[in-house]
Amino acid sequence: MARSAGVVAPPDIASGGVAERAPRQRASWRKRIELTVLLVPPLALFIGFVIVPMLFAVWYSLYNWDGFGPLADFIGLRNYGDVLTGSVFHQALLHNVIIAVLSVVIQLPISIGLAILLNRRMRGRSFLRLAVFTPYVLSEATAAVMWLMLLAHGGPVDALLKSAGLGGLVHFWLASTSLVLYSLFFVITWKFIGFGIVLLLAGLQGIPPELREAAAIDGATPWQVTRRITLPLLGPTIRVWIFLAVIGSLQLFDIVWIMTLGGPANASQTMLTYLYFNGVERTQFGYGATVSVILFIISFLFALAYQRYALRRDTSGAVTRAVG
Amino acid sequence: MRINPKVAAISVAATMSLAVAACSSGGSSSSTNNAGSGSTASSSSSAKVTLSWWNNATSQPLLGVWQSTIAAFQAAHPNVTIQNVPHQNEFFKSNMNIALRSNTPPDIYQQWGGGDEATQLKTGKLTNLTQSVSSWIGSLGRAAAGWQVNGQQYGVPYDQHLVGFWYRKDLFAKAGITTAPTTIPELESDDAKLKAHGITPMGLGGQAQWPDAFWWEYFAVRECPQSTVTQAMASMNLSASCFSKATTDLTSFMATSPFEPGFNGVAAQSSPASSAGMLANGKVAMELQGDWEPGEAIGDTTNKNVDSMLGWFAFPAIPGGQGPASAVLGGGDGWSCTTGAAEPACAEFLQYIDSTPVQEQLVTKADIGLPANPAAESAITNPAVKAAAQAHDSAAYVASYFDQALPTNPGLALDAAIANFFAGKGNNSAIINSVSPTSGH
Repeated sequence: MARSAGVVAPPDIASGGVAERAPRQRASWRKRIELTVLLVPPLALFIGFVIVPMLFAVWYSLYNWDGFGPLADFIGLRNYGDVLTGSVFHQALLHNVIIAVLSVVIQLPISIGLAILLNRRMRGRSFLRLAVFTPYVLSEATAAVMWLMLLAHGGPVDALLKSAGLGGLVHFWLASTSLVLYSLFFVITWKFIGFGIVLLLAGLQGIPPELREAAAIDGATPWQVTRRITLPLLGPTIRVWIFLAVIGSLQLFDIVWIMTLGGPANASQTMLTYLYFNGVERTQFGYGATVSVILFIISFLFALAYQRYALRRDTSGAVTRAVG
Repeated sequence: MRINPKVAAISVAATMSLAVAACSSGGSSSSTNNAGSGSTASSSSSAKVTLSWWNNATSQPLLGVWQSTIAAFQAAHPNVTIQNVPHQNEFFKSNMNIALRSNTPPDIYQQWGGGDEATQLKTGKLTNLTQSVSSWIGSLGRAAAGWQVNGQQYGVPYDQHLVGFWYRKDLFAKAGITTAPTTIPELESDDAKLKAHGITPMGLGGQAQWPDAFWWEYFAVRECPQSTVTQAMASMNLSASCFSKATTDLTSFMATSPFEPGFNGVAAQSSPASSAGMLANGKVAMELQGDWEPGEAIGDTTNKNVDSMLGWFAFPAIPGGQGPASAVLGGGDGWSCTTGAAEPACAEFLQYIDSTPVQEQLVTKADIGLPANPAAESAITNPAVKAAAQAHDSAAYVASYFDQALPTNPGLALDAAIANFFAGKGNNSAIINSVSPTSGH
């Protein structure tokens, strides 16, 4: 991540000498205007579409409210108690965590491997890059409907397995309560791996080839070059990828909702499908707002902790005070 | 078509829905009309009024019927302009509920009656139509009752639905079944015959949850006297022992494994892999579904004659059940006017939709199933739909789908509890306790 020095340096007015005052002051006014012009629109958007709705959600969450009529039935923190002690919410939260962990443990190594492969010079490289990126271009709804049909019992996936002599592997991909979450993870991986690969490819291209060459000349094996040169230098990109993957896993909705509606029997419920079903469909907006506040807090705490401990080195100066 | 309480909805961002609601400025004309024409004026007075109309007819043939209905109505009422605003069925309820929270809801909108209507009534934005439809609502017979709240007409139906068994005549013949089963034991023995011929007896779209609910509700309608069902819906209380008996019946019926393998992950509609698609493609012999099934089946197969291959029979009787064997589970589609809408134009438009010529068009051109106006029933030609219509007309009573009869929250809680039961993760007390005035999560 590039350091954006201009944002953090405070305008220094007091220290200017007398002779310099006029130009320094003009410069500082210019800076203020610049800052105003540049910062006000995004800040207004951020406040209007993030902060204000979040405050509304917090307000609603304190009421028993079906979305119709005035907020009259103040119930304090009861919604929070109900959500946090609800077994279905626990399941949903666990599912989000499982998807997040699987993303890091399974998707990340695959993404890195494929990115390193696709970074080599070879025939058809552009085509292969296009092929792995294509699923990401599809909308989530399209991908979900497509896989819903492919994974139907006796559908194309089952037929393919049978014709390959692997009939024993045929399962109820979306109907089995013990399997459905992993079927969804497979679809999510298929859908999003292209994004990770493109991100990592960009990272790989930022690594000067001289470093690899120098190491190779010094007698390092390709594995040593990858392990000691490429991966450490890819670190910032990997850390950003993990951040995006975990936040994406916490906010998983579209694919799950279209393919399983969180079922069967809540076996693929995520926090957002839980929120949508209980808040919007069942018109329990106070309750839904509570789930959204809890989801916000979880995401926020993760983001904060991750920024503080994992991304600190990459972004030092931009979001932290101490530089270097 | 029935709007599914739990259809696969693609993410509806709240902001997007709010934008939709904000853009629906249809009600703007009403105040000028009221001021200009006075309370006794008819819509044939000169004041120009515009009525925005939200419905779920996004595609042909229903869209075309509505367009010609609008044209004919406007020709007869030159001062009225109807603005047709079709909405994707799957988003309709969420969009509508948000629009009702805004200051400018549409003037006329699709209304499924029952507990949903009662929930929406709390906004104070639904017009009480009791007076303005009193001269003709009687001609609809008992259909109109589903759109009443506390005896007041806050909506009117334009069609009716009932749930029953749709079966493949060819597969029944192959299994040597010559007459439709009339009791559950007969149904079970027919299932066995079908299985013996390598045919999966029944399709079930368990992913959508509400098809699961049809099963439990029908067992309850057969086990419970009418008064018990009505009372249970009104009080949101399923503690009467006959409801638990329904769960017992369902348990032993499911023990015969009548459904397609993996039914929990199967969608109900809209693809060849759905349960309706399986029936359409002859992969299952029957399905407990609404009267919209033939129209749905045609869309899920390349066999364009599939509707003529389908037969219909009513949900069988349960020996010893306290409920009338002729009672049916059903509902229908209708409309509500909002308080900002120009009257009497709005009520007059609803009356026009329920007039015999329009109702006949809906039957012949749009395959709506059963018209709200019985006078148009003679236009039904498909013998299976006719059989369904007769069962509907001669039913001891029509029990509203429970998720529609109950207010939205307990209704959907019940669907979810029944679906969990079908997925092997629920039990009777979870079903019974899912329904209460403050249904939990």
